[in-house]
Formats: sequence, C-alpha cells, structure tokens
Amino acid sequence: MNERSGTAASLLSFFEELRSEGVAVGTSEILDCFEALDEVVWTDPRDFREAVAATVAKSQEDRRIFELLFDRHFFRAAEAEALEQGISEQRFDGGNRLDLDQLREAVRQAITAGNDGEMRDLARLAISAFGRRGERSGVIGVDVQRIRRNLGLQGGRGDGAGGADLDRAAVREFEQHLRRELERATIERTGKLPPSRPLAELDRALPTSPAQDLATVHRAVAQLKRRIATLGHEVRGRQRSPVVDIRRTMRASLETGGVPLRLKHRPRRPRRPEIYVLCDVSTSVSSASVFFLSVLHALHDSFRKLRSFVFIERISEVTDVFEHERDFRKIAERISSEGGVADVSGYTDYGRVWLEFGDEIAEDLGPRSTVIVLGDARTNGREPHAAEFGRIAEHAGRTFWLNPEPKLYWNYGDSVMSAYEPYCDGAFECWTTKHLENFVNVIASGARGASAN
Amino acid sequence: MPESPSSVTEVRDGLGEVGYLADESAALVSFLAQRLGKPILVEGPAGVGKTELAKALSRSTGRDLIRLQCYEGLDEAKALYEWNYRKQLLRIQAETADEAEAGWAGARGDIFSEEFLLTRPLLEAISSPEPVVLLIDEIDKTDQEFEAMLLEVLSDFQISIPELGRIEAKTHPLVLLTSNNSRELTEALKRRCLYLWLDYPEIERELQIVRLHTPELDETLARRLVEIVQMVRQLDLKKPPSIAESIDWARTLLLIGAEDIDRKTFEDSMSIIVKHRSDIDLVSERVTVKLSAGSEEGVTGLPGAGA
Ligand SMILES: Nc1ncnc2c1ncn2[C@@H]1O[C@H](COP(=O)(O)OP(=O)(O)OP(=O)(O)O)[C@@H](O)[C@H]1O
Ligand SMILES: [Mg+2]
Repeated sequence: MNERSGTAASLLSFFEELRSEGVAVGTSEILDCFEALDEVVWTDPRDFREAVAATVAKSQEDRRIFELLFDRHFFRAAEAEALEQGISEQRFDGGNRLDLDQLREAVRQAITAGNDGEMRDLARLAISAFGRRGERSGVIGVDVQRIRRNLGLQGGRGDGAGGADLDRAAVREFEQHLRRELERATIERTGKLPPSRPLAELDRALPTSPAQDLATVHRAVAQLKRRIATLGHEVRGRQRSPVVDIRRTMRASLETGGVPLRLKHRPRRPRRPEIYVLCDVSTSVSSASVFFLSVLHALHDSFRKLRSFVFIERISEVTDVFEHERDFRKIAERISSEGGVADVSGYTDYGRVWLEFGDEIAEDLGPRSTVIVLGDARTNGREPHAAEFGRIAEHAGRTFWLNPEPKLYWNYGDSVMSAYEPYCDGAFECWTTKHLENFVNVIASGARGASAN
Repeated sequence: MPESPSSVTEVRDGLGEVGYLADESAALVSFLAQRLGKPILVEGPAGVGKTELAKALSRSTGRDLIRLQCYEGLDEAKALYEWNYRKQLLRIQAETADEAEAGWAGARGDIFSEEFLLTRPLLEAISSPEPVVLLIDEIDKTDQEFEAMLLEVLSDFQISIPELGRIEAKTHPLVLLTSNNSRELTEALKRRCLYLWLDYPEIERELQIVRLHTPELDETLARRLVEIVQMVRQLDLKKPPSIAESIDWARTLLLIGAEDIDRKTFEDSMSIIVKHRSDIDLVSERVTVKLSAGSEEGVTGLPGAGA
C-alpha cells in the first residue's frame, strides 16, 4: 500500500477520534492539515505532528486532548502495521548491566536533561528490570505507578526525598514512555492490539461534559438525601440524649418514694442534617472537578442546610453561588472567576486548607454535621497536616472522603490518602456516577467506620 | 510573491540569527504560515515570547513590522483609517478665505483625498508596497465585532473606503495574532489561523535564551538561575516568572556582581522574578530555604547542584 494514502486514512480516523472527544475538526481544518503536510517531510515525526496540531487543535484545551490522543493513535497504527508484517522489534536487553541505583540515577539524569531517546531506552530497561523481579501486575496504569515509585520519581515532592525537584512535566513524559513501552510489550506478548478505549474512561477519568451525567448525579444525590435523613432518625431512636431532664426525673421519682431510680432524659432536639462539602478544584482533578461540581450542584438541590467550599491553595466558601445561580455553566464560571481560588492552574495545598477551615469554620461543626471531602489527596509534597484534618473530623458527626482516582493510585506519588483515611468514616473512590451510587448505598447501610468498599 | 523559506530549518536558523531561539513548533508554524499565507494565532502565558516572535520574524525576513496593539474599545478608526478632521477643517477655512468663489464642491473633492487620510496599522499593512509583518497584539482585548471586521480584512485583503473606493493589497502581510486568553475567540477567526501554543521553555532552551541576552554572565551562575526559575514556576503562584523575568534577573545579578545565588542574594533580588505579596511568601517558604546561607558552602538541594 502507498505509504501516504495509508497515513492519510489513518489521519482521517484520528480526526474522527478527536471529534468524539469534543475537538471541532471541520472540513476546513482537514483541508488545511493536508495542505500543511504537503509542505513538510512526512517522515519527520516531529514536523508531522506539529503540522497536524497547528491546523486542527486551536486552543490549549484542544491541544491537551490532541497530545493525549495523537501518540496513542499513531502508536497503535504503527504497531498494527508491524504485527501485520510480522516484525517484532529487537528487545532491549541491557537489563542486567545496570543495578537499580545506577538505573535510578540514569533515569533522573535523562529526565533532567529532557533527553527523549534516552528516556525511551531507560523506560524499557526499567520495565525489563521490574519484570524480572516479578512485580508486573499486568495492569498498565498500576505498573507505571509501581515502576515510578521504585525509581523514586515523586515529581515535585519537596525536600531531599528521592524524586526531589524533578520537573513534573518531564516526569510525566517519562511516564508516557513507560506506558507506551508497556503497551508495546503487551502487544508483542499477546500478538494482538488491546482494545482501544475511549479517553474519557481513565485518562480523563470523568465526564468533562457535565450535561451528560448531570441527571444521573442528581438521581444519586436525591437518594443520598433520603439516606442521610433516615440515618439521622436511627441515631435519634437508638441513643439517648446525654442531657438529664431534672424536672421529669424528679416527677418520676415521686412514684418511687422520691428516690430517682429512673433518669429521664431531655429529648434530643431534632435538627436538620448539616452538610459541609469541601471540593478540590485544582488541575490535578480538573476533569473530576466538573463531576464534583455537578455533585455539589445536586447536593444543593436536595439539602437546605448545606455549605460548600472549594479549594486549591486556599479555601473559599461558595454556598452563595449555588444558592443564587441555577445554571450549571454559570456556576462553574462564577466559581472559577470569583471563588477566591481563581488561579485554577494551581496545585492543591491540603494542609493549608485544613488549617484555614479549622480556624474559620470548624467551630460551627457539631454531631449532626456531615463533612464530605471531594479530592485526590495529592499534596504536591506539601505538609498534609493530618492531625488538623483529624480535629475537623472529630468536631463533625461524620466525615467522608470521595477520591476521584482509582483506589489503586492512592498513596502513589504525592497522594497521601492514607494520612487522612483513618479519620474518615469512609473513603471511597469516586470517578463515575456508579461510584457515587455505591457511596450512597454504603453510607445508607449505616456502615459507620466500615472503611469503604 | 516574495521568496518564501524552503525548509523549517531555514526558518529556525533565520530566527536564531536575529536572536530568537525558536522551539520546534514555533519554527514549524512560522514556516507554514509563510508557505501557506495563513495568519498565526499565538497563545501562551505572559512573557513567553509571543510578541518577540513577530519582531524576530520581521528582522529575519527583512520585512517591516507593523503593530496593532489591541485594547478594550479599539475601533475601526484606530485600526483601519480615519479622516484627518483637523487638517480638513483648516483646508476648508483657508479655501473659503482665499478663494471664496471656489465654493463647497471643490473643497469636498479635495479634502477626501489620500492627503487627508490617516492610515492606521491595518490599512498600512494592506497597502504597503513591500510585504510586512503585521502583529495584532492581544486580540482578546477587543470585542467580537472588531474580530469580524478583522476577519474580513484578513480574508479579502482589501479595504473599501466609501469616499475613495477600494484599496487592494499589493502584497500579503505575514500576520501574527496574539491572545492572552481573556476571552474565547470566535470559531471563524480560529479557523483561518494556524495555532501556536507557546509555553515556558524547557531548561536548556531557557538557558540559551538567558545566555543570549546576558553573554557576560558566568555560565554556571546562569544555569543555577534558570534552575531556580524553573523550580519557582512549579509552585502555585499567581504570576509565575516568565522568560522576561529570567532575563531581568540575569541582568540584575550581573549588575550587582553576584558570584553565586545564595540565600541573601536571592532574598535581595527575588522581587524581580516574583511580584505578588503572597507569591513572595510562598517562594520564601519553599525555595529560599533550599539555598545555602553563605556563598562559601555552595548551593545545596538544587537539582544538578553538584553537576
Ligand atoms: N525564544 C526566545 N528567544 C529569545 N528571547 C526570547 C525568546 N522568548 C522570549 N524572549 C524574550 O523574553 C521577553 C518577553 O517576550 P515577549 O514580550 O515577546 O512575551 P509575550 O509572550 O509577548 O508576553 P505578554 O503576554 O506579556 O505580551 C522578551 O524580552 C524576549 O526578548
Ligand atoms: Mg506580548
């Protein structure tokens, strides 16, 4: 087959994929793209990629999706071709020449220097080294995290630790190599391509278009409302108020000759459940944020006594925004523009958020308060201040944590989920509406302390 | 048509010769823009060299640079052309005094001639006999109506002036539009453009840029400076330091004759790279502590410190 027409066909299906992820690739973009490709050498992968990008991806967001899809698409295409022709690339077999420390150092150097070719070779080395130690789980995402941890690559984690001061983006690039090489290895082993999965599933984790899932979220939250309300009842029925009603006790004692045999308790004052939701809206959860904001939106619909907060580096109350604005888009806009956390490019500082919340809000909490945290517990290497979080949880009746990352990723990299989990009445992975429903079910069955799933 | 470049390398080298170190995509998009005659839409954080790219293209192609700086409320009169009202008035007064009998008819024909036309950047770029580089800076500050007008000019390459008739382009300008993303641009405009996302440069390129601007600065010191800037950029700042700030900082270090970036030097000069109060606090808390207290000890805890 003519190589060019092969590539052209592959490009067209790539555009299809871009469209399905919401990038508006129209006819004029496609024409421009082919016109641009006439000007560059197709076999230069860099020029090829940039020419396509410049003509079809016309915003930062489009560009991000482009980057995510491009490699995957053309990598798969190349692999398919190789399979067809029975070519299997010579495996890199330098694995035994390096010991682990050397490997670590070499990887760090390659990352610091941003040397692409070297990173690729080292990724292969690392994979074969860990493969031999029998640490492969078979799930690519998990293996990437394991290898990364074994190499001590904690991108951005502060002071002195193994991965100190490596550039996050560069570490991510290395991860990309790991991912690709693992994929390649799998393909070679099984002799077929893994099924292509839509981006939305993991790389973007959560629906970025709120409308599509808003209805489901609302349904799950409405359920949650009923559950939380009845849960309150059960507590009321089972437990006695600790406050003794002196008058009623005295009156009852008359029957026993003035000896107060039966203590009468003052009835608990039925109070509305109060919910405090703290929602991370930083970029590390940016696709999740939309999902979380829609959860918040739905919660506000169902609960009157709800206070909501968003945070990145600092925390900011947004209850008002939800109370005065019905339209989801507008809410999202207002929160990013005036939430007090406006620099959405930020990294989260959980520790600082707890300190601020502890100082300003925690005293409003009481036994009827439920605190729900929506966040990935990725501290960017900053002090987690877990004890402060503990103090907040102590003030509240119940504390739940919903994490937008698959549980497998918790505590990898800069995730410090395990520091917070002990203080929670439940910690749940929550990156689909199914998970949200699961959360509702678990807390509905009253599983206090039954640490999630 | 003016000669257009024959390869990406040619463009990159040309830019390099006039002091702009373009990355892969900047060079490629600049090349494509000239080959295809399409405008470039450049976006990216402040101070990453968007404006400078246009200037460098003008230098390297030997074309004049015509710049239209956009702002809120910018209108056609300021972007396209305007009649020189004062001059027209003077002429009318002079005429009516001197040759009162000539009357209005003559005056009218006279005062709407090119002599009384104030050419603004867009008209100037279109009517220039030599091809120019047209920089439309911060297009996101204008409104959609202006964008529509611009789109028309950029697609037809002609401007019609009711009193004068149509002015057609003799040459096509190389057009760059920059945006700081303060609002979403219209699909139509984006469709016409090639898109270039300029980001903070990776370490080696930034080092080259800094060295280019301050060749007298010691190389080890320059590298340390860039390492620190890159580290600062990873913090969650309101306004991360840009290339411009790296260069300013390098100049300052040169000026104060610093030999090393120890804690004191850093504290004294950090306001050059971080401006906001809260940013300064954060940088002090997270970066300053990693620097050694005195210059004798050398820097500890920095990436590649010993290398
Ligand atoms: N690739 C480069 N090579 C050489 N110098 C550069 C490069 N990129 C940026 N600079 C220098 O950095 C400084 C800032 O660039 P410039 O003013 O073009 O930024 P900008 O992106 O237009 O910023 P703003 O968004 O604030 O307008 C300039 O002094 C320029 O000389
Ligand atoms: Mg500029």
